[in-house]
Amino acid sequence: MLEHYLSLAVKAIFIENLALTFFLGMCSFLAVSKRVQTAVGLGIAVIFVLTITVPVNYLVQAYLLNEGALTWISPQFATYDLTFLNLLLFIGSIAAMVQLVEMTMEKFFPALHGTLGIFLPLIAVNCAILGGSLFMVERDYDLAESAVYGFSAGVGWFLAIVALASIRERLRYSNVPMGLRGLGMTFVITGLIGIGFLAFGGIQL
Amino acid sequence: MRFLRTLLDQQEKQFEKGGKLEKLYPLYEAGDTFLYTPGQVTTGPAHVRDAVDLKRLMGTVVAALVPCILMAMWNTGRQAHLAIQAGALPLDNWQTRAMELLRLGEFDPTSLIANTVHGALYYLPILIVTFVVGGNIEAIFAVVRKHEINEGFLVTGMLFPLTLPATIPLWQVAIGIAFGVVIGKEIFGGTGMNFLNPALTARVFLFFAYPAEISGDKVWIAAQTTPDTYSGATWLGQAALDGYAALETGTVSWMQAFLGDIPGSLGETSMVAVLIGTAILIVTGVGSWQIMAGVGIGAFGCAQLLNLLAPYVSNPMFEIPFHWHMVLGSLGFAAVFMATDPVSASQTARGRWIYGILIGVLGIVIRTINPAYPEGWMLAILFMNIFAPTIDHYVVQANVRRRRLRYAT
Repeated sequence: MLEHYLSLAVKAIFIENLALTFFLGMCSFLAVSKRVQTAVGLGIAVIFVLTITVPVNYLVQAYLLNEGALTWISPQFATYDLTFLNLLLFIGSIAAMVQLVEMTMEKFFPALHGTLGIFLPLIAVNCAILGGSLFMVERDYDLAESAVYGFSAGVGWFLAIVALASIRERLRYSNVPMGLRGLGMTFVITGLIGIGFLAFGGIQL
Repeated sequence: MRFLRTLLDQQEKQFEKGGKLEKLYPLYEAGDTFLYTPGQVTTGPAHVRDAVDLKRLMGTVVAALVPCILMAMWNTGRQAHLAIQAGALPLDNWQTRAMELLRLGEFDPTSLIANTVHGALYYLPILIVTFVVGGNIEAIFAVVRKHEINEGFLVTGMLFPLTLPATIPLWQVAIGIAFGVVIGKEIFGGTGMNFLNPALTARVFLFFAYPAEISGDKVWIAAQTTPDTYSGATWLGQAALDGYAALETGTVSWMQAFLGDIPGSLGETSMVAVLIGTAILIVTGVGSWQIMAGVGIGAFGCAQLLNLLAPYVSNPMFEIPFHWHMVLGSLGFAAVFMATDPVSASQTARGRWIYGILIGVLGIVIRTINPAYPEGWMLAILFMNIFAPTIDHYVVQANVRRRRLRYAT
């Protein structure tokens, strides 16, 4: 059992890395990776939000959207299939969760809010977050699996952005050709990091 | 010698600003400083007083590689000859015809000369292609971007062929080194500004682009091997199937693997040659012994841990003890020559330990539990190249914090 979750986690962190394999969450991945400190902040926020929203969206999917999911209200809904609404509802629930998390954090953990606060609204609309939930549906995870998946997908994204940020910090002294400076170079680096992560492709536990 | 200096001085004005060949100054500069230590000194207050500049440093690495190169040539020939003796046909190519012309056509595996000549016929074309293609790219970049030609490429160009199988098509060598030099190094501004080891980038690019030729589960022997005449899997591949038993009962003794008398990529097989190189690098202080020791410790610890777990898992690779891990595949070569690249490795002393140990652990992990790749060192090092700046960042931050605490009150 433990092995199953471990295998799921390794897969989500290294092999099916949201940023490097699926190129999700690119806008913040490229924009907020200039300094390691901010990248770490954003990365932790992504781990945090993914760990919460994927299981929540699992509940939304299982008890509201799937065919026959609404029978807990009344047996007459047994034939209703609302899965076409999942994109809308997922975004809604992600936004709601992020707001909730932010308010709770501000009230009870002001120090943590100080470091993560600005990033939380930013990633409410991050496609990596939505992607995590959609992968959860596509791969039929159950509640525990989606929690593990959400957390480890976040860790994978965190590792990728921290690596990118420290490489960019180090390359500040390099002499990149004019046309490639900035975003162009960042894409090349992202590709090279992707090659590095291929080291784990095919690992089986 | 004086003649050479005068000749260079006479030519210099042609290459200086305003001279006829001003554009080609980097080429002149490379030749001049390769032969003579340059006369320029730094003008600012902070500089290192040492007669050893980058060029001599890189020259030491090349000297340390010589045993590996000799072993590469001898062993390539020997493995081919052993296969031929066992019944395989020689490959139908110019190397075989050249061997016949040289009256070495019996392909005798006990003859030092025949082995070395046959191996050189495979090794030298790969080396030449690497230097012609890579060197030209380097020169073009130097001329267009107006930086000097660095000896970094000398090492890259020596390392890259040693990581390749003898039978690789030469056009793949050209594509690989072009990718390694351009994407791995030159777009960042040349030697010292990249973050990946260019030789490894080239090798990994080939690995993923042409997996059929270079993935490494079948042996690379320069002869027409068929399943009847020669078993196709490498010793690592066999170990992955049958575990320790395959090595115990196999035809290769540990000593043979240690000396390098086993099939494999050109330069990786011989632990002895690597150890000679290690001694040179450590005595001259060119290679970081922290990284080498770190890789050794990491690999040893990880192998021991996996050995302990072996009874509980079905994967036979878990049983392989460390002393076999050490001599099969490319652990030594990768740890000593690839991981210690001063540019792409961690730069802080403590960071080097972390970097080395993680490479050791990762390399064994990939080799053992990743059935997709039979060998993991280049990927482990590339992966850690990516995280080396992160390690450095945190080592420096920790240092800053410690000092701040020390002087706080």
